[in-house]
Amino acid sequence: MSRLVERHPVWALIAIIAVAILLWLIFAVWPPGLEEAVGRKRVFLNALFNGITLGGLYFLVASGFTLIFGLMRNVNLAHGSLYLFGGYVGYAISTSTGSWLLSFIVAFILTALVGVLLQVIVFRRMEGQDLRQTMVTIGLSIVFADLMLWACGGDFYQIQTPNWLIGPIDLPLITAVKSSGEPVYLRYPLVRLVIFAASVVIGVAMWLALNRTRIGMIIRAGVDDRDILAATGVRIQLVFVLVFAFGAGLAGVAGVVGGTFQSLSPGEDIRFLLASLVVVIVGGMGSIPGAALGALIIGLAEQLGSVYIPTYAIVVTFLIMVLVLAIRPQGLLARR
Amino acid sequence: MSKCSVGLLALSSLFLSGAAIAQDKIKVGVTATLEGTYTVLGEDGMRGHQTALNVLGKKIGNKELEFIVASTDATPDSAVRAVRKLIEQDKVQILLSPLSGDEGIAVKNFAKTHPELTFINAASGAQETTYVDPAPNFFRYNMDGAQWQVGLGKYAYEEKKYRKIATVGEDYSFIYTQVFGLVLEFCGAGGQVTNRQWVPLGTKDFASVIAALPDDVDAIYLGLGGADAVNFLNQYQQAGGKAHLMGGSIMIDQTILSSKGNAKNALIGTIAASGQADTWEDPGWQKFVKAYQDAFPPNKRFPSPSLLATNYYDSTMALILALREVNGDLGDNQSKFKAALAKIELDAPNGKIKLDSNRQAIGTNFVTEVVDDGKGALFSKVVKVIPNVNQTLGYDPAVFSKIGLPSRTVPECKKY
Repeated sequence: MSRLVERHPVWALIAIIAVAILLWLIFAVWPPGLEEAVGRKRVFLNALFNGITLGGLYFLVASGFTLIFGLMRNVNLAHGSLYLFGGYVGYAISTSTGSWLLSFIVAFILTALVGVLLQVIVFRRMEGQDLRQTMVTIGLSIVFADLMLWACGGDFYQIQTPNWLIGPIDLPLITAVKSSGEPVYLRYPLVRLVIFAASVVIGVAMWLALNRTRIGMIIRAGVDDRDILAATGVRIQLVFVLVFAFGAGLAGVAGVVGGTFQSLSPGEDIRFLLASLVVVIVGGMGSIPGAALGALIIGLAEQLGSVYIPTYAIVVTFLIMVLVLAIRPQGLLARR
Repeated sequence: MSKCSVGLLALSSLFLSGAAIAQDKIKVGVTATLEGTYTVLGEDGMRGHQTALNVLGKKIGNKELEFIVASTDATPDSAVRAVRKLIEQDKVQILLSPLSGDEGIAVKNFAKTHPELTFINAASGAQETTYVDPAPNFFRYNMDGAQWQVGLGKYAYEEKKYRKIATVGEDYSFIYTQVFGLVLEFCGAGGQVTNRQWVPLGTKDFASVIAALPDDVDAIYLGLGGADAVNFLNQYQQAGGKAHLMGGSIMIDQTILSSKGNAKNALIGTIAASGQADTWEDPGWQKFVKAYQDAFPPNKRFPSPSLLATNYYDSTMALILALREVNGDLGDNQSKFKAALAKIELDAPNGKIKLDSNRQAIGTNFVTEVVDDGKGALFSKVVKVIPNVNQTLGYDPAVFSKIGLPSRTVPECKKY
């Protein structure tokens, strides 16, 4: 950290000032002039929190995608289908058993199994042939989409939020002060906070697993040089299957999350595939911290954009992608 | 070589026979939004279409109707692509298309490039489609979005005593038209519309939109449909929203009222206006509801037909009745058929429908309120029935044309 400051003093200063302004915007009571200029603080805080929580969802989808790409160089364009599949499984489980938590577990296991099948039946047969893999997975995603449309119809499904998560809670952030001097606190949907916390936990756990465990070491070695790793006697195909299963399972979990605070319908698969593509392009293909950063940026851009520049909100995401591609084509946190 | 030519021969004879069959068949292309945000709307539209075929039959004299369905996703280019495919590949002679507002404007413009064919609008409701530069071969038997809001503004102001409202709507022509109708009447009565928010069609995350809703208003008007509406309601519930709501025509509709989950309960008591009301006592309506319910098993339909089902039913009905009147004669660029379409008066389930000089419907509108039937199912209850609603909403055409075309900011909130 200190080395970074020494190397880029100007940028570090700008970053510190930006963080300070942001913290002030979050914690201070806004003076009336500012409220008039940019709108109410409640709106800003909500947009900010929504961006961060939406980023949490994007991270869940994109981290599996980027993990698979990082290790195996497989561009799995059927990743969105895994998301939707997980969501439908979660819906079926939560309506039949009434348990929200169980739906996560089942969705994870079933999508992980689909992932294993994909890896064994499809990807292993065309290792190293990027174009073929891409075409085949596009085809598969279309087939999956139609199969799911056939099985579940075009209706939109929503996974019931458990009762203890419904409704808003008051956060200790003051959005305004009433004329009587009584502070008004930010009310925020509890379910989004819980989901965000869960994605942070998963992210940190993944980072720890990759950097502190033996299997993580093997995966990192595989990212750097598969052939040498295989030559050292590691059963590389088994590692591939495990990683693919885990990445797919994460997409399934994300499907349940998405089905809870948004909804599931045909077309969501493409939307989340696109979102995770943008996220990993911005963050850097194959990098978990990159996926986290990219997801945060895209989530914030979507939400702040939809509040402050609603007309152009839809292009903001792609503008960011274009900018990153122009300035740092390998992605913000890619190693090379 | 010989194998190849035999194959070609077989193929060409197949085509020829196809052409021969086409002689005693009338081919009709149908489009519906069977993909994307409005999937559910498209599916129920097709149910309405099927109900009409069950009731009226497919026979036109000694000819039989053949329907070819193409799917769209509510974007104008998908609609034009589907219509083009139906005309060029399937050689349809009549089109029953499209479902959604922006699609309608695009298909109307496309219709001008095929003046010999006939286009019957299936359900789209943007004002521009038939108001600005209408195509002579494009017929619309449903009212537009503004006509579908007639009565709502006055009811909100006079009965509900709402004075200030804000609107949230999807950012495209049909919802512009709906807000147009609402604002004209509400502001004309003396109300104020303080804020109009527009969200892209297909928005999933409404949390920030919900946070930005003003809290110093009496009610919030929702102009959303399909998956967007369900997402909004779900997140509105999670954010603890408590405001009075008002609804557009596809917001307060069985597509939303019978969606799964309990977020829709936020709509109980919501006032809205539309081209139909679920609980209308009229025998014609009740008969249609019965026909719809009998045509599909309960888990494959809504408890009661949606606005889309009704629109598809009406347009299919117009198609069949007009064809029977000319005995299926499509000669001379379908001129007899077109004349019959322009003249026809439909005794539709949702009231009498006739066309004006732009081939736009003049029909009946309903102000409604959402009620719970006691078993957890929601229905729209009739509050007021307004017959003979025309496209200029009762305004003098000269005055009406000065208001401008529906857009994000038009009309201004004032008395015209």
